Amino acid sequence: MTQSDGIVRPKTKRSKRFLESRAPKLIENVKNGMIIKGGNTSETVTQALKDVYALKKPGAVLYKKKNIVRPFEDSTALEFFSKKSDCSLFLFGSHNKKRPHNLIFGRMFDFHVLDMFELGIEKFVSLKDVKKDKCPEGTKPMLVFAGELFDTDNEHKRLRNVLTDFFCGPRVNAVRLAGLEHVLHFTALDDKIYMRSYKVLLKKSGCRTPRIELEEIGPSFDFVMRRSHMASDDLFRSAHRRPKGVKPKKKKNISHDAFGTRLGRIHMQKQNLDKLQTRKMKGLKKRKGEITADVTSPKLPRTDE
Amino acid sequence: MATCRIEDVLAKAEKDESEKLKSITVHKDLDLEFDPGHLLAFDKNRIDSREFKGNNREDLLRSLARDNTQLLINELWKLPTERVKDVIVAKLPEPTTALPREKPPPKPKPPTKWEQFAKLKGIQKKKKTNLVWDEVHKEWRRRWGYKRAKDDTKEWLIEVPASADPKEDQFAKKNKAKKERVAKNEFNRLKNIARAQKIKVPGMGLAPTSRQSKSELAQAASVAKISTASVGKFQENLAKEKTPKNTGKRRKFQPVIGDFSGERQKQLDLLKLMGSKKPRLDVTKAVNKQMREEDMESSEKKKKGPGKKGRKGNMSGKGKGNVKGRPGGKGKVPKGKGRKPPMKQGRR
Repeated sequence: MTQSDGIVRPKTKRSKRFLESRAPKLIENVKNGMIIKGGNTSETVTQALKDVYALKKPGAVLYKKKNIVRPFEDSTALEFFSKKSDCSLFLFGSHNKKRPHNLIFGRMFDFHVLDMFELGIEKFVSLKDVKKDKCPEGTKPMLVFAGELFDTDNEHKRLRNVLTDFFCGPRVNAVRLAGLEHVLHFTALDDKIYMRSYKVLLKKSGCRTPRIELEEIGPSFDFVMRRSHMASDDLFRSAHRRPKGVKPKKKKNISHDAFGTRLGRIHMQKQNLDKLQTRKMKGLKKRKGEITADVTSPKLPRTDE
Repeated sequence: MATCRIEDVLAKAEKDESEKLKSITVHKDLDLEFDPGHLLAFDKNRIDSREFKGNNREDLLRSLARDNTQLLINELWKLPTERVKDVIVAKLPEPTTALPREKPPPKPKPPTKWEQFAKLKGIQKKKKTNLVWDEVHKEWRRRWGYKRAKDDTKEWLIEVPASADPKEDQFAKKNKAKKERVAKNEFNRLKNIARAQKIKVPGMGLAPTSRQSKSELAQAASVAKISTASVGKFQENLAKEKTPKNTGKRRKFQPVIGDFSGERQKQLDLLKLMGSKKPRLDVTKAVNKQMREEDMESSEKKKKGPGKKGRKGNMSGKGKGNVKGRPGGKGKVPKGKGRKPPMKQGRR
């Protein structure tokens, strides 16, 4: 790739494809997450990062080395990493005396930090401690948020948005009904957030919809909310701005009435009702040479002059 | 008797139905909010914190999760399904939770020069076939690129046109033309990109890029120096700058052995010139020189006054004499050597 004035010109088709996949698009790629370790990490934190990586695979990268970064003070290093690896979500784990077993969930817009939430791990059960059959990696999980705090408190609302963004996985048009196996359940209660991960067993019930039985697998976290950095309102709004091509076109002139029937409106030009073609009555058709009542002006007689 | 039986049957049917549905119904105070596009459910109901603090926290969480998941599954089972290769698949609607974008939406690119022209003229893009029939090779070949159908440069026989020089290499000519076309295309492509990015395409070394070498900087400085109205004649040098000695047009020399007839002609012309007795005089140049000298004289006279008139008188005589008495040569007078430098008007 030749570089001049900070613009990279691809020389091969492969590099061109690579650049195009990273360029801003109308419909975007799946968001990738980068999982980073801080200057000092505890056993809990490293295991937690590995488990979240297992949940978020393959849309995540796990960095093994420690990085001395303080996201809440200086986020330039994180922005640099995100630019290099093209990841817009990040999870930063660290441990110190003041903030033990710390995880920071965050997301970026245009490679600048949008939101960051610092959560402390109080209790953690790892994937390897649970000796049950796990879900295959890459299954799209179902997400359930419980607790009125997720609706009333602004911070919790944004945290809900961030967690949805982090765990939701790729956008799909259709889902195999038998393949809905994984569910992540978040409960907010008294400033604490409980995250549990279950495997769904679809049991036979009498009717079409199956009965659900849950089996706990996967990591379970008891989080406590610590600091947070939320984006300003206008930055948040500009991050949501959709280009014109993506907005679904409103179908005009189609309505549904109370009975569910679909009604449409057709717009017509002004019609001349005298010359309107209605049913053809072949008997009434005017034929040549016939004297009809409509003849008003007779032919003037020719005068030889 | 019959009526009793019918009633019993109906009651039993209802009981069965409710029992069937009992296994999947969940009672909640507030209905959940669903987003089937993201497989998301949100439960706003209050959770009793007193129950929570006990030992059976995990069980409570699990039962809560089970209920919520059941409701979500019920919702998902209501979606329209279709069969894709012996698998039942539910079609998901558009997600309702607004998640922010990763990058800002792309800016629309400005049209290229050709696109602007085509829009102006109303030229539509014609869809062309990928392959073209090549008569020479008797096969289908691509329209452009590697091993294309009508490749100009790969001809093994080129007829020399009557108007062309017989010694010219036609093959090399075609190759050169191709290279020029390629270079021109590349240049136009880069100009289009620069226009799109709104980057000024500079002359030599004027737009600063990343690390510039010493020679590039020197080039930029020299270009800046001569970018004045008098082409850098009155620009003073910087502290340690040296005036470049090799500026100006470089002389082009004819090759030693080449054009024999031209060389012969040149030699004959020169001999004719040397043999003739007529003086070669460039009239305009002589007149201009005369006028300039007269101007100088008059200005000097005004300045110095009557005291130095004698000396000036001598000088002017010498100057005038020079003009009249030099018929030969090419009419050029050496500038710096034989004449006094002109007096600057500023000093009075």
